[in-house]
Amino acid sequence: MKISEQWLREWVNPELSIEDLAHQITMAGLEVDAIEPVAGTFSGVVVAEIISAEQHPDADKLRVCQVNAGDETVQIVCGAPNARAGLKAPLAKVSAVLPDDFKIRKAKLRGVESFGMLCAEQELQLSDASDGLMELPADAPVGSDIRDYLKLDDNLVEIGLTPNRADCLGLRGIAREVGLLNGLEVSEPECAAVAAEHEDTLPVKLEAPGHCPRYLGRVIRNVDLSRPSPLWLQEKLRRCGLRSIDAAVDITNYVLLELGQPMHAFDLDKLGGGIVVRTAEQGESLELLDGQTVELNADTLVIADHSVPVAMAGIMGGERTAVAEGTRNIFLEAAFFAPDLLAGKARGYGLHTDSSHRFERGVDFQLQRRAMERATALLLDIVGGEPGPIVEAVDEASLPARPDVRLRAERIGKLLGFELPGSEVERILSGLGLGVTAVDGGWTCSVPSWRFDIAIEADLLEELARVYGYNNLPITRIQAGLSMPAREESTLSLRFLRRHLAARGYREAITYSFVEPKLQQVFDPDKTPVALANPISADMSVMRTSLLPGLVTAVLRNTNRQQPRVRLFETGLRFVPGEQGGLEGLQQTPTLSIVATGQRLAESWSSASEAVDFFDLKGDLESVLALGRRASEFEFLAGSHPALHPGQTARIRLDGEDVGVIGSLHPSVQRELDLNQPVFVCEIDLAAVLGGKLPGFSELSRFPEVRRDLAVLVKDGISAAELMGSVREAGGEHLTELRLFDVYAGKGVEPGFKSLALGLVFRDKSRTLEEEDVNLAVGRVVESLQANYSAELRS
Amino acid sequence: MENLEQLAAEARSKIQAADDSATLEQLRVDYLGKKGQITALLKSLGKLSAEERPAAGAQINVVKQELQELIGERKQALESAAVEAKLAAETIDVSLPGRGQSTGGIHPVTRTIERIEDFFSSIGFDVVEGPEIEDDYHNFEALNIPAHHPARAMHDTFYVDPTTVLRTHTSPVQVRVMETEKPPLRVICPGRVYRCDSDLTHTPMFHQMEGLLIDEHSSFADLKGLIEEFLRVFFEKELAVRFRPSYFPFTEPSAEVDIQCVNCGGSGCRVCSQTGWIEIMGCGMVHPSVFESSNIDPEKYSGFAFGMGMERLAMLRYGVNDLRLFFDNDLRFLEQF
Repeated sequence: MKISEQWLREWVNPELSIEDLAHQITMAGLEVDAIEPVAGTFSGVVVAEIISAEQHPDADKLRVCQVNAGDETVQIVCGAPNARAGLKAPLAKVSAVLPDDFKIRKAKLRGVESFGMLCAEQELQLSDASDGLMELPADAPVGSDIRDYLKLDDNLVEIGLTPNRADCLGLRGIAREVGLLNGLEVSEPECAAVAAEHEDTLPVKLEAPGHCPRYLGRVIRNVDLSRPSPLWLQEKLRRCGLRSIDAAVDITNYVLLELGQPMHAFDLDKLGGGIVVRTAEQGESLELLDGQTVELNADTLVIADHSVPVAMAGIMGGERTAVAEGTRNIFLEAAFFAPDLLAGKARGYGLHTDSSHRFERGVDFQLQRRAMERATALLLDIVGGEPGPIVEAVDEASLPARPDVRLRAERIGKLLGFELPGSEVERILSGLGLGVTAVDGGWTCSVPSWRFDIAIEADLLEELARVYGYNNLPITRIQAGLSMPAREESTLSLRFLRRHLAARGYREAITYSFVEPKLQQVFDPDKTPVALANPISADMSVMRTSLLPGLVTAVLRNTNRQQPRVRLFETGLRFVPGEQGGLEGLQQTPTLSIVATGQRLAESWSSASEAVDFFDLKGDLESVLALGRRASEFEFLAGSHPALHPGQTARIRLDGEDVGVIGSLHPSVQRELDLNQPVFVCEIDLAAVLGGKLPGFSELSRFPEVRRDLAVLVKDGISAAELMGSVREAGGEHLTELRLFDVYAGKGVEPGFKSLALGLVFRDKSRTLEEEDVNLAVGRVVESLQANYSAELRS
Repeated sequence: MENLEQLAAEARSKIQAADDSATLEQLRVDYLGKKGQITALLKSLGKLSAEERPAAGAQINVVKQELQELIGERKQALESAAVEAKLAAETIDVSLPGRGQSTGGIHPVTRTIERIEDFFSSIGFDVVEGPEIEDDYHNFEALNIPAHHPARAMHDTFYVDPTTVLRTHTSPVQVRVMETEKPPLRVICPGRVYRCDSDLTHTPMFHQMEGLLIDEHSSFADLKGLIEEFLRVFFEKELAVRFRPSYFPFTEPSAEVDIQCVNCGGSGCRVCSQTGWIEIMGCGMVHPSVFESSNIDPEKYSGFAFGMGMERLAMLRYGVNDLRLFFDNDLRFLEQF
């Protein structure tokens, strides 16, 4: 909402600077977003009249004008297309200073002297663009200072209204607030009833009273729309951001700005029969004032004549019945449309108008008659005409209900935390236009028709607090019973996990939850991800089913910025669609993902430059899994993943369920993404990582351990984990530790085979083991390895 | 005995001249060993008369003891010289960087969230999280924002389907808490939220933290007290805080909280658009309709809620000047935290 300071001060004029006034209303909930002067800073500009305009002898586009500046006649060379004899326009005289400190001097243009400059609006910073000289009214007094004449010492105040304050979408509402905040009376312009000069009306029928419970119309005959709007009207509109069109439109706009009531003027002669306010028939079409033709939906309210729709009710008028050049007779409309039924309708057609903005939020439903009288009086004043009587159709039962609201004095203390004297409560609420009646323990308040946001006690409390001033309310400390929260000791905290990864050289990343469908497809081709109906862009249009696309993109971004060593992790939700796809069975799963590429260690004097590999990442992951004390319960099984290297991928299993995957990016994916080095990635359900177990003590043995080392030769395809599982089983109860200390293939080992070196540690809790015990156990191990894997013992 | 003095002088100079422990040991053997010269002299005492013997014996013993001490001292000197030489040889450049994995770090948004969680959990708030793909009911309806409410236009909602959205704020988590828990309640709900808006000062995803307190006697004055204290603790300085009436459908009264600009101290700068104030969060008393949709008796209980943007707080706290950096994941940015 934009208002002019001068206009506001015509209604209520507190002794406050504009800055203080802006602060005052901001702190009362009408947030001032900007204060801007309505014109640039300039001086020495007067109203002047062009007496003659001759073609410049040496320039096609210039004219040499003799200009009456009041006290003298001066010669001005001017390039504006509308410079013509008889035109009144602003003249910056020699020594005038225009905005941006532009000084006007005597000049010669193509050999002809010029003593000043005729000005366009833009040059005075009255508007952002103009296509010629500013045209002043014919009665503008020549020689007078333009600032005084146009009353340019004014500010535009832009207020960012919250949607609940529809009552302030007109100057009247803002003036009401300012009056209350300063204890001043508000002087409203008179809106006396205009007497009818004839009996012509149009019949008005409300077919959808729920949508439109009140409709007022008035016929005004013989208006002269060739008469322009007076300067004061044009100026007020201009300052509030509206262009002058013709007097009829300007006046309806003026009433909209002043009272907050949207109005419409029809060309009476183009209306057939009478007015019917009804819902549209599906598919009916209407050409709107903005030139577009829309097909109407059955839920849209229209103003129709006896055959076709002529306006989209409360949103925009129709082109065919609009007031235009040559209109002689008009039909003025002032109506009330129900906000809840109008809400969203304009948007449905891609429209948003000053009218729909107000009706959707709530227009004072008792305001229509006043607005009609105000508009009529202004019309008669400006374009003449003969008014008929006001015709009003109303369905009282469908008008908004305004039940009384009770306010209990004790609730003020309880909810606002302070006591407000009863007299103050009454002053504030009645100042807002509420009817306040003291009753036992509090008050009963009637709510004015312009307030759509007061229905319950809490609304009254807000009004009290707001007008009293939030910052004048006391400050207290919360008081509450203390209780100790339950904390599962076995659950690892996410915070601890993050710190652990940071200590191992990883940086936490945060990537967008929506990713590019193509990239998503690379990582998870089998699932149809949840897609956004209205994505911000195509490359952010589906919800990730994995954190890896985002992290790999982050890796790429860094490697492209000369950061070849990247170690990142992220925690967050991935959105896994159900079997049927879509939202049915959707899982929003907290997930941990880690990626690493480049050198194992940062470049250093002390370490060889070695690239990170699968086992670096696996080691980091295992260290994370060990935090929850159950690392050994996780299994890593050779697996496959669409985006990972088929020979370097492991499924991670816990309790027989897949909980994650680790591997290196598939070389073809790496190439496709333009990554020039291997990238290792892992992703695991956070619940599996964070769910740990409590430590449980087991007795320490006082007896020595015995270690035996075995080196066995097995086929390449046999996994170390499998083999070790078999050793553990065969080793028996005394085998307390098993270490794999070497894996070798190459010289001395037949191709297709590998050598694994195992350290077996035996110990008993109650005695020193005999040589015999250990030999027996090792024998069983060797036997089982030979039987199960055809393993060959190496000497 | 005349050669005793000569022998002693010779031994002294040889001991002083010995420059390694082997030479020294050889000298000890030569003079004091079983077949050493001094030992030989002592053995020869028997040849002397009983009168001469004590004085001569005493003289030799004095020399013997002296040489023993000299050898001991010399040995120690040699040993410590050897140790020093070894230590000198082992000197390293201690200014060289250490070996091993470098330290990574936590994202500034997480860091901010964790700090705020600490403040609130220390006064008994629980941390609660909720889904990010949310239904219309929890994101809007239960928060007193019916369909077509003008407040929805302020949200720039991402839709999955007509009744499913990406949550536009963390407030639905408070609804979920109220559905399942009984008051008194003190919770904070951090997390990702989404708005269909992207420009210099908006990213389509960002983080909010919602707070909710419900008890039998909580008032707007308590809310003011809590927020003011939090802001001072967060920024670690005394700063002016002001509460401005505002509008959220799920609170009444509602307020917008401004702090004195942390960049310029209130005199006006680029960060605060020359106003001296920075809008930092929204808050208010829980709207009775919200209580009712969660079956909490608004006559018995009252409460307040607040919500704030984590990126905004992180920007102010660490002086970050471009919101988009938070999601660029540029290491040069991440390494600063």
